[in-house]
Amino acid sequence: MVVKIGSVAPLTGPQSHLGKDQENGIRLALEEANAGGITLGGKQVKFDLVSEDDQADPKTATVVAQKLVDDQVKGVIGHLNSGTSIPASKIYSDAGIAQISPSATAVAYTAQGFKTAFRVMTNDSQQGKVLGEFAVKGLGGKKIAIIDDRTAYGQGLADEVEKTAKAVGGTIVTHEYTTDKSTDFMAILTAIKGKKPDVIFFGGMDSQAGPMAKQLKGLGVKAKLLGGDGFQSSQFIKLAGADAEGMYASSPGLPLEQMPGGNEFNQKFSAKYGQIQIYAPYAYDATKAMIEAMKHANSAEPAQYLPELVKTNFTGVTGPIAFDEKGDIQGGAVTVYQVQNGQWVVAK
Amino acid sequence: MQAYLERLRHDRRAAWAAFIAIGILLAVLPFLADAGLGRSWVRILDFVLLYIMLALGLNIVVGYAGLLDLGYVAFYAVGAYVFALLSSPHFGIHLPFWMVLPMGAVAAGIFGVLLGAPTLRLRGDYLAIVTLGFGEIIRIFLNNLNTPVNITNGPQGINLIDPIAVGDFSLSQTHTLLGIQFPSTYGYYYFFLLLTLGIIFVSIRLQNSRIGRAWVAIREDEVAAAAMGINTRNIKLLAFAMGASFGGLSGGLFAGFQGFVSPESFNLMESIMILCMVVLGGMGNIVGVILGAVFLTVLPEALRYVGTLQQALFGQVYADPADLRMLIFGIAMILIMLYRPAGLVPSRRRRRELEAEADVADQERDSVYDTKR
Amino acid sequence: MDIFLQQLINGLVLGSVYALVALGYTMVYGILELINFAHGEVTMMGAMVALAVIGALVASGVALPGVLIVLFGLMVAVLVCAALGFTIERVAYRPLRHAPRLAPLITAIGVSIVLQNTAMIIWGRQYITFPPLLEIERYSIGGATISNLQIFIVLLSASMMVALVLLINRTRMGRAMRATAQNKSVAGLMGVNINSVISMTFILGSILAAVAGVMVSAYYGLAHYYMGFMLGLKAFTAAVLGGIGNIPGAMLGGLLLGVIESLGAGYIGPLTGGFMGSHYQDVFAFFVLILVLVLRPSGLLGERVSDRA
Repeated sequence: MVVKIGSVAPLTGPQSHLGKDQENGIRLALEEANAGGITLGGKQVKFDLVSEDDQADPKTATVVAQKLVDDQVKGVIGHLNSGTSIPASKIYSDAGIAQISPSATAVAYTAQGFKTAFRVMTNDSQQGKVLGEFAVKGLGGKKIAIIDDRTAYGQGLADEVEKTAKAVGGTIVTHEYTTDKSTDFMAILTAIKGKKPDVIFFGGMDSQAGPMAKQLKGLGVKAKLLGGDGFQSSQFIKLAGADAEGMYASSPGLPLEQMPGGNEFNQKFSAKYGQIQIYAPYAYDATKAMIEAMKHANSAEPAQYLPELVKTNFTGVTGPIAFDEKGDIQGGAVTVYQVQNGQWVVAK
Repeated sequence: MQAYLERLRHDRRAAWAAFIAIGILLAVLPFLADAGLGRSWVRILDFVLLYIMLALGLNIVVGYAGLLDLGYVAFYAVGAYVFALLSSPHFGIHLPFWMVLPMGAVAAGIFGVLLGAPTLRLRGDYLAIVTLGFGEIIRIFLNNLNTPVNITNGPQGINLIDPIAVGDFSLSQTHTLLGIQFPSTYGYYYFFLLLTLGIIFVSIRLQNSRIGRAWVAIREDEVAAAAMGINTRNIKLLAFAMGASFGGLSGGLFAGFQGFVSPESFNLMESIMILCMVVLGGMGNIVGVILGAVFLTVLPEALRYVGTLQQALFGQVYADPADLRMLIFGIAMILIMLYRPAGLVPSRRRRRELEAEADVADQERDSVYDTKR
Repeated sequence: MDIFLQQLINGLVLGSVYALVALGYTMVYGILELINFAHGEVTMMGAMVALAVIGALVASGVALPGVLIVLFGLMVAVLVCAALGFTIERVAYRPLRHAPRLAPLITAIGVSIVLQNTAMIIWGRQYITFPPLLEIERYSIGGATISNLQIFIVLLSASMMVALVLLINRTRMGRAMRATAQNKSVAGLMGVNINSVISMTFILGSILAAVAGVMVSAYYGLAHYYMGFMLGLKAFTAAVLGGIGNIPGAMLGGLLLGVIESLGAGYIGPLTGGFMGSHYQDVFAFFVLILVLVLRPSGLLGERVSDRA
């Protein structure tokens, strides 16, 4: 009996390397399961991967989601982006098929109340709480300035940081805005400079954070820039050059070497598919969670194994995998990094 | 083909036969697409119909009245947001679609007049830039109106929008009729088809009406039109309002169909896409515009296979289909304007108009302007 | 006060960048009465080509001073853009000189889509970084900082404007341009070669665009395939504000728009009691554009233009 598992991610366009990464993580998990030989309901099962490209575009995402439902996949790992996971989740929910996203972080994805939507990645609200606390307690920031880039990701994260920082005793001196296409931040940074903050939080991506760090230096602002996973990347260091030094950014999950099964997974994965980008271990764990639930239910039918998926509890490559009532990962880990000597290292 | 079309014009029976054939084809199209290409193509068909409506709306403004609008997506956005706000948990208002859709169309129409009124005196190319600015302004406001009062929910967009439904009969569910299953995408297909046919009908009637002729007169020569007693101001505003309300209607349908709207769906690229449909098909020509919309909506889906094909042949993707798509559009736009300025299916009148004629103001000899040198 | 001064400096630098691009718009418009929609993309191409050359030189480890490497990149960009401007006019605009106004505008949109996507296919979607080749020095004036690069950008804009004015008013070429702008057919009868004048105008405009593109990417330290679009739009707004077709007007409009944006983004929050904030920064330009076009289409320094379609 063949059981189809869907994978959706951008396989073309600027994020295609991340999409391939996800796909390979799933592929590895399915191959291992097939090699181990699994019987469900007394039948030998072979898992088949159906990989689809959503181009990171919400409209396309609904089209391919529909396609997977028609192909009668028994479960979907994906989508990679929040913007695509949200509209697609409705289609999977209508069809009653389980969906586990390895990487979507937007709170809205699991907040819709769909019984079929899960994720193994720390969400923006969990990450924002950690960042807000870190800004006040970790960095000793009393006065905090917030910037967001008016995207769903940047704004969601920034609002969460603002809320948490206030709750733990920080003062928000100003909240400024930019866009995800801007390169000139002089006006808002000057306004921020006038408020003399200790920490500046930026909810946005590396393409903006890089020039922003440069312009901060140019204006002679001493405050540290802090951000989320949007600019915890090598691209940020490349764009900001020497001015990246000392800046902070977080990333959901643990660094590979700190993951319980990180090193072992890295060896297995890189032997087959080359370097891990980011999401392969999460995609692997998401797939494992789905297969485990099927085993417990002794069935590949979503209606049968969904109740088991809710009760998932095992230690995966990335850490303990267990879902809360919304479908979010329980106690999602967040790691804060700092640029030291032109490298991201785990901040103490 | 031409001969056949000529025959249709004169032979009643042939015309009816063609008409019925097309009707039957449209009725079974989703079944054909589903069986032939898979159900995702039924959803693509739904999008095709949405874009046909949008393109026909823009065609009124650009094709009939000759006003180049580069911010058309703003009206689409207005319609979508009206539907989303009045038919979702966001405000807890759940009005039925037959109330919300007209409201969206009217709201978009009002916006059309708001944009039209101050820009009436502007020349064609200026108008284009101003409408582009207007489109961006609308998008920026939708993106930011979540503080201090949360109206649009900002960049997060609005979620869980009610599907289009009458009482308990919802288009988002699968229904069974006469033993045939009609999944959700089919239901939307027939509903959209009905509205599309309505819009096509209105477009055809407009074209041959007093108003339609007045638009053409303005497009050809505004001063002469005014001299003939046409109230150019009102007629232009009417074009804006009509075109915008079609856009608003499509926007509402989009919101109900997708169940989720966010400002990023309404960017400038979308406006340019719709303009491409009108230009490629043939400005002012209904059949052309419909074909343009079908072609440009299906093309990206077809190009997907190019990516997988490259993967299969060369083991890697050299040129991203998505990138190629836009490149092809750009080149097509230039070529069309140079060689078939009236579009691939030109309307007769438009062809006459776009044949390069020297401006009355500078009647110069060709020798001065020898472009072949 | 020092914050206000800093915002003013920000605005002037940003405005000079707009002005550099706006000069090209205005020149082409003055001669042809055509909005060269693709001008912003030519700027982008200039930046991308220069960065590709500079990147290659840096990677090859040539032992040259940074300024020379940048200059070499600029030279190549200028040549490429000049060729590009010439080609665009030849292919997309010239055949449509007698067509209705919409036709060249639509081809212009087509050209900008083609340029953007060509750049994307060649250089990818990632931001490309400008290597740190230029020695940045910062000076402090009354609590505000300004860097040598910023001063250079302002001076460059101003000198470009002066050079253009001189070229148009004092040279034979300029006289031919003015004649062409006045009345093409009569200029032709007087022995002016209209086609070469128009080609020359496009080449000059594109050279300006290349210089602007390289300056912008040096200033922000990056370039990317869609940088030209918004820049072009804002530069166009600047040109309209100053009076399209008027060279000093483009400079004035650019500076004004830059200052409006900076002060607006900096002070709109306090002014509106927090109702609006810096998220509306991009709206200012569009509002200015619509206001000027509706109330005074000739701009600040322009002559009355007829608004007939």
